[in-house]
Amino acid sequence: MKILVCISNVPDTTTKVRFVDDYKKLDITGIQWVINPWDELSLTRALELKEDPSNNIQTVTVAHVGLVSAEPTIRKALAIGADDAIRINAEPSDSFFVAAQLAQVLNTESYDLILCGIESSDFNGSSVGGMLAEFLGYPSVSSVSGVKVENGQFFINREIDGGKEIVSITTPAVAIVQKGIAKEPRIAAMRGIMMARTKPLKVLEPTAMESLTEVVGYEMPKPRAACKFVDSENPRQLIELLQNEAKII
Amino acid sequence: MSVLIFVENWDGKFKKLSFELISYGAKVAEMLNTEVVALSVGYVEESELVKLGNYGATRIISAVSDNMNVFDSQAYTSIIADIAKQEHAKVIILSNNNSGKAVAPRLSVSLKAGLGAGVSKLPLSIDPFIVYKKVYSGNAFSNLMIKTDISILTLAQNSFELIETANNAGITKVVIDWNGLSVKTKVIEVQKQSGKILLTDADVVVSGGRGMKSPDNWPPLAELADLLGAATACSRPVSDEGWRPHEEHTGQTGKIIAPNLYFAIGISGATQHLAGVSSSKFIVAINTDKDAPIFSAAQYGIIGDAGKVLPKLVEAVKELKGK
Repeated sequence: MKILVCISNVPDTTTKVRFVDDYKKLDITGIQWVINPWDELSLTRALELKEDPSNNIQTVTVAHVGLVSAEPTIRKALAIGADDAIRINAEPSDSFFVAAQLAQVLNTESYDLILCGIESSDFNGSSVGGMLAEFLGYPSVSSVSGVKVENGQFFINREIDGGKEIVSITTPAVAIVQKGIAKEPRIAAMRGIMMARTKPLKVLEPTAMESLTEVVGYEMPKPRAACKFVDSENPRQLIELLQNEAKII
Repeated sequence: MSVLIFVENWDGKFKKLSFELISYGAKVAEMLNTEVVALSVGYVEESELVKLGNYGATRIISAVSDNMNVFDSQAYTSIIADIAKQEHAKVIILSNNNSGKAVAPRLSVSLKAGLGAGVSKLPLSIDPFIVYKKVYSGNAFSNLMIKTDISILTLAQNSFELIETANNAGITKVVIDWNGLSVKTKVIEVQKQSGKILLTDADVVVSGGRGMKSPDNWPPLAELADLLGAATACSRPVSDEGWRPHEEHTGQTGKIIAPNLYFAIGISGATQHLAGVSSSKFIVAINTDKDAPIFSAAQYGIIGDAGKVLPKLVEAVKELKGK
């Protein structure tokens, strides 16, 4: 069986976000680009599954929609352990466009399970995984916190309001992954970094596709009022403030 | 033309977020000068369905089948898409919760309708259709233009007030051909949390970080949560260490929550943690380090050791709540 992991290239999560062009564009000066955290967890889990021979997983491929500037992030995924990579050479204009481009990968190659992070830490759209599944007509399970294989069948843990479910799914399928899928993202070792340089990275040209949405401007969050401090010996005052000033309890 | 709202039910019941959705949808419908159709999928009693009218639904469609046995995103997408076409829905609204996130993107492709995921305000304009949503994990917001005739929105939880407007909404029953949907997922096992207040539903959340020092120090935190009718949560290091279950992890990669009141106890407030809680209406921080970033996000703070402050706080709540 084969697993495809879709990865997004995002600013490091500690980035102080700034905008240029009258708040129309992200200021990319000095930004460190990383694999979207949920995608990194998906990749980690895919590699764990592949390492257990009883799961019978032959390859883990990563796919990314983006320009050549994203290749260091793709190489990082290869260094972590993906076998090969596909880059669709296009500016990712919105999630519909990205999902449509990813879907074309499946026109030439087949994968049993496709993993997508539940959202990207930049646009927080929670969209690409579900959209990709719909483009392909595949079943999808979202809010996935665990994936395992038993006798060639995928079993998926998903979070529901107030608990968890174990769901079996017919492949090919898309699993949209959140926290819990893997304990910690795997880090590339020196050997992996060396090997990544020679692993196959295929570049595909995009298919013609429009985008359905467009960011017309950004805003910064409103600054919060200064914190009001209460003496640690007198927490009663805090409760009084919450009752009488904030009127919240 | 209509605004169509997908309202999920939990064992046949609606909850606050269902009514938030209807209240929001009613306002959007007002902007568009159109009617508000609520779509409930799965068996819900009539006495429960009519509650949707109290928040502005003008019509209620109850789609049911005896065979439904799994929340299958593909099948639900097909059910909602059919009704959306039939109702000439101009805007389709879902919650940005687990189910909304599972269905809305599929619906976007199925109807070729632009998706605004996690909107937290009414649309800024109707023509062009522009919505307001969080980006960069709460470090900024975007004005997102939806370019298609139909817009799909998922509403961030706890971001819109309930608005009561008594409507005598009529109920239409629709029977779903579940078996015809060729469902490809199957539930093997369900593990329900019983009796606990859900983190994503809670109005008040009490959360502990590494400053709690040990999992053994949790009882006063849990007691405070009990007294306030709050859910408990934790920071990432705490769930990574296994002090608390990962379901309690709030933060960028954990749960994103927006309660009315959030207690951050022994949490320094790294960007990643704030990304999960910054939409809280009020934040109270307790931390030994007066320079901890959590104090710039908080409205109220106590500089002190969680282990020493918590028991006093519990006493104070008991005393003042008792009055």
